[in-house]
Amino acid sequence: MKTILVNGNSLKWEENMNIDLILKRKNYTFKMLVVKVDGKLIKKTEYAKTFVQPGADVKVIHLISGG
Amino acid sequence: MKKSDFFSAHDSRIIPILQNAVIGIAGAGGLGSNIAVSLTRSGIGKLVVADFDKIEPSNLNRQQFFEDQIGMPKVIALLENLNKVSPFTKYQVHEIKLNPENIPLIYKNVDIMVEAFDKAEMKTMLIETWLAKFPNKPIIAASGITGWGKNELLHTRKIDNLYICGDEETDLQAGISPMAPRVAIVANMQANLVLEILLKNL
Repeated sequence: MKTILVNGNSLKWEENMNIDLILKRKNYTFKMLVVKVDGKLIKKTEYAKTFVQPGADVKVIHLISGG
Repeated sequence: MKKSDFFSAHDSRIIPILQNAVIGIAGAGGLGSNIAVSLTRSGIGKLVVADFDKIEPSNLNRQQFFEDQIGMPKVIALLENLNKVSPFTKYQVHEIKLNPENIPLIYKNVDIMVEAFDKAEMKTMLIETWLAKFPNKPIIAASGITGWGKNELLHTRKIDNLYICGDEETDLQAGISPMAPRVAIVANMQANLVLEILLKNL
């Protein structure tokens, strides 16, 4: 099975897997996120058009109000 | 007070490293005011702090200000308080709302950036701006600090040059405000990480 890493955990890779699909598969519904793929920052406007390859290392950081 | 007396408890090798460091702090509220006090006590050479807010009574539950400072701009009150702590840190304060255009100008000379905003939108904006403009300079952010207790959930996560301190899960809810102990713990995790990064080669 081809996989990617999301915050260090394995996730099954799928054809045409973009950031939106990864967030859906992980049930990440948070509004304020910072996403990096293989060290590169992916802005919100690029989630739909950013497709990942098997083995990609995806980091999702959830920013919560309070300070 | 003599500088040598202020630093007399320190290993002499760390003093020039700390005194040559320039640290940015974005926001002077619960996180920023605590971070600034700890870094000043640590002997950091220069702090660059920006915030546009004024002190309100409800801030005193967690922010390093005093009752007679209510109504003052936070950066001005912070400057006043930091100057009482130590004359061995230089302070550059900006009473301004930060945005993607002014962040690279205000913070272009800092060695490490510390995110200390309240709102998630601002945290995200700063991190995205920083990673795009200064990918080689560390940024230390906070996420998930509200409420009380749950010490065991607080942690630091490193993603390249981005560090996140907090529990990354406790959301703001009605009736659960950020409170002094947990905000100060996370602020000091951030300040502690600044020292760790600066002194890593020692």
